[in-house]
Amino acid sequence: MATKRNNVLPGFGLTLGFTLAYLGIVVLIPISTIFFKTFTLTWPQFWAAVASPRTIAAYELSFGASIAGALINSLFGFVVAWSLIRYEFPGKTIIDVMVDLPFALPTSVAGITLTAIYAGNGWIGRYLAPLGIKVAYAPLGVVVALTFVGLPFVVRTIQPVLEDLDEEYEEAAATLGASRLQTFTKVIAPALIPALLTGFALAFARALGEYGSVVFISGNMPMHTEVVPLLIMSKLEQFDYAGATAIAVVMLVASFVILLGVNMLQRWSSRRLAA
Amino acid sequence: MSIELRNISKKFGDFVAVDNINLHIETGELVALLGLSGSGKTTLLRIIAGLETPDSGEVLFHGEDASAVKVRERKVGFVFQHYALFRHMTVFENIAFGMRVIPRRERPDEAVIARRVHELLKLVQLDFLADRYPSQLSGGQRQRVALARTLAVEPKVLLLDEPFGALDAKVRQELRRWLRRLHDEIKITSVFVTHDQEEALELANRIVVMNQGRIEQIGSAEEVYHHPANAFVYNFLGNVNLFHGRIENGRVFLGDTAVELENTHAHAHPETGKAVLYVRPHLLEIVMKPNGKQTFPATVKSINPAGPQVKVELVAEWGDMVQVEISHERYQALHLATGANVFLRPKEQKLFVYQI
Amino acid sequence: MARQPQSEPKRPGTADPPAVRIALIATALGFVALFIFIPVIAVFTEALRNGIGAYFAAIVDPEARAAIRLTLMTAAIAVPLNVTFGIAASWAIARFDFPGKQTLLTLIDIPFSVSPVIAGMLFVLLLGVRAPLGGWLADHGIRIIFAEPGIVLATIFVTFPLAARELIPIMQAVGSEEEEASIVLGAGGWQMFFRVTLPNVKWGLLYGMVLCNARAMGEFGAVSVVSGHIRGHTNTMPLYVEILYNDYQFAAAFAVSSLLTLLAIATLIAKYSLERRVAPVKQEADDLAIKVAA
Repeated sequence: MATKRNNVLPGFGLTLGFTLAYLGIVVLIPISTIFFKTFTLTWPQFWAAVASPRTIAAYELSFGASIAGALINSLFGFVVAWSLIRYEFPGKTIIDVMVDLPFALPTSVAGITLTAIYAGNGWIGRYLAPLGIKVAYAPLGVVVALTFVGLPFVVRTIQPVLEDLDEEYEEAAATLGASRLQTFTKVIAPALIPALLTGFALAFARALGEYGSVVFISGNMPMHTEVVPLLIMSKLEQFDYAGATAIAVVMLVASFVILLGVNMLQRWSSRRLAA
Repeated sequence: MSIELRNISKKFGDFVAVDNINLHIETGELVALLGLSGSGKTTLLRIIAGLETPDSGEVLFHGEDASAVKVRERKVGFVFQHYALFRHMTVFENIAFGMRVIPRRERPDEAVIARRVHELLKLVQLDFLADRYPSQLSGGQRQRVALARTLAVEPKVLLLDEPFGALDAKVRQELRRWLRRLHDEIKITSVFVTHDQEEALELANRIVVMNQGRIEQIGSAEEVYHHPANAFVYNFLGNVNLFHGRIENGRVFLGDTAVELENTHAHAHPETGKAVLYVRPHLLEIVMKPNGKQTFPATVKSINPAGPQVKVELVAEWGDMVQVEISHERYQALHLATGANVFLRPKEQKLFVYQI
Repeated sequence: MARQPQSEPKRPGTADPPAVRIALIATALGFVALFIFIPVIAVFTEALRNGIGAYFAAIVDPEARAAIRLTLMTAAIAVPLNVTFGIAASWAIARFDFPGKQTLLTLIDIPFSVSPVIAGMLFVLLLGVRAPLGGWLADHGIRIIFAEPGIVLATIFVTFPLAARELIPIMQAVGSEEEEASIVLGAGGWQMFFRVTLPNVKWGLLYGMVLCNARAMGEFGAVSVVSGHIRGHTNTMPLYVEILYNDYQFAAAFAVSSLLTLLAIATLIAKYSLERRVAPVKQEADDLAIKVAA
């Protein structure tokens, strides 16, 4: 499996050339427009767009709800992954298949469906309304939608790691007198932390940029239930390209920083656990 | 603590791993479970530890039925083949683990734990490695840490699963001697699993030879080597030559020569009349002239003088390949060369015959 | 090292107490039921709320058909292009050494980390009538944004990494020995490619195609930005769902959604069965630096 410079195999020039050209046209040029556009903005323009109260409210909601959704997914996604790998139960295969639904389902479909379920007269919403819990057209609805879109990430990142975990470590802990809970907290969980972190970060990053699932259930009320992608869309519809660009750049930078952080975390923890 | 296994059986699906085993191990013994992969030895070890539940039978510790006792309460130390050291913990934390999971009320305080860990590290001669991680240790070091970790909780029984299997030959030798000394010092009832007969012969007080889930023979090294109970044991322990002969009228023939046998069980195959004889390489002598009865003609094929003895390969008159070990002095005296026609004479009248 | 799931504890040393097992399974089931199954059931229930007649009427409506056509056409363009890219990129990356390989990998992942809205916005900035390039094109009668080409471009961008990310580790894991052997035996480049390379990576290829297709047909955010929402012309199915919903034609919206949901489920089934074929090959690639998050 060594990747060495290959003088026997053909196609280097062709494939690399095509790759770079395609990459350039499809990805690099579009991406660069945003930076060019940013440079045409003056500082006051940039600042006005990025620091306005409405924008700040959108950032707060986006980050807050994304973290909340990612946390919920980290907890429950872990339970799902654990059950799928360690236990047998009826319907297990169906669940294993359907966990990826948020990946495959168009976000507008998810959006209208979640709204239908959690609206005041909806399937679940009608039971929550008398309790004073408002999900649709409230920040809670945003959290629900973002939980939905991030669901597969934690499950799918943890599953393979859990599967590869050698049972001997647990047996060793048991022979040394550890209870099942002690074995879990001291032996199993530490080995899963990198995967959990990765899953969390992926879910979080996905939730930050989510539009379709959120736009229906949130009601898009500025200062209240408006997330950043909605704000950007709003600005675009008003042809305020400068404002949209400024806000987008901040989002992009934030996403890159998060991904960088995750990569470093991963590399650090896998070095610690190198067998 | 003594261990008793009564009528232990275990199947995995259709595969019979352990078939009605009965075994008694005395307190303080060092016992080897010796056999090939699939012989059931590791399964048996794990049943003792409580890591597998037998389909039938009982495990008794000091006469008391331990079948209902869970793993964590059995007080058995188990050293895994690949050590199973906790990768995210330092050597110190690994060894301290067993003490730190003791329920709070009975748990010794950290100072006591630290002292014990360092004692053990000194015992295994690794106290300079306390802060390293397992990934930073060599195989032999990891093995010793694994051992220290199990000893930390003062187990009544020590179980080792192919403890030296993953190590280089030299390291294996050293650790074997070291384990022997450790056992002499601590006198803890120990059972270890191995497929290496040399290891079993060198280390164990008693050897349990296993094959396909059953015990072929139990005995000291001397017993199983020199007085094997059947062909399997004979073949398994030590090098052996196979001679294909036949039995006529109650006498065994190799080629044209009749073989005088004592102390054997000679059964020919009912239809073919064929028989197989086993002889150890160092129990055959090479002579230049047929001197009395019991010599078989053979031709020298190759000579390997490197080593404590000279290994000579010959082709017997009836076609079998033979390996003989002779001393260097003998080799000099015979002036052997390849192609020479010589005669083989068994030193003892103890050929072992088994039917095919 | 194969793990045995516990119906009854087979390995006592790794068994969880029954109460814990039941609680965890129940929690997992509840969570998945709430977030996955209830929505799926809801789609179909809402779609049939006005009866089967209305359901079919919504689906065969001319605007619906136009949306279906556009969706299919978009996928038919985006998927082959991106899969071709995936093959080329994985070949270059897996078989050769060159400086900047890691950078290339990171660049390939960029569309993944960009919000769909921002992705759409990029194309508006680049090719909208107010942009230099877009203005020039408009002067020559070529409309990209707020027209079909814009939708296709945005879809290509968004689904760009999907096939490549599956093919790169597969290509690496499969190794080059067979290909080298074929060259030594006298095969030409394309012969080697079609007779040796492709068959070896076929499952990964299919898998990438399935993922790419699902995303291409289902993309909403990016396409929403570039489409201009011109009914009957620039709406894909996901966009059409939004239009129906905003028009309060809920049952119709869910009817179209039900088609997309069926597509999603089919995708999941295809994904699951392909995964089994791909997994053994991927296992070897797991150690490689390629498998970085996102």
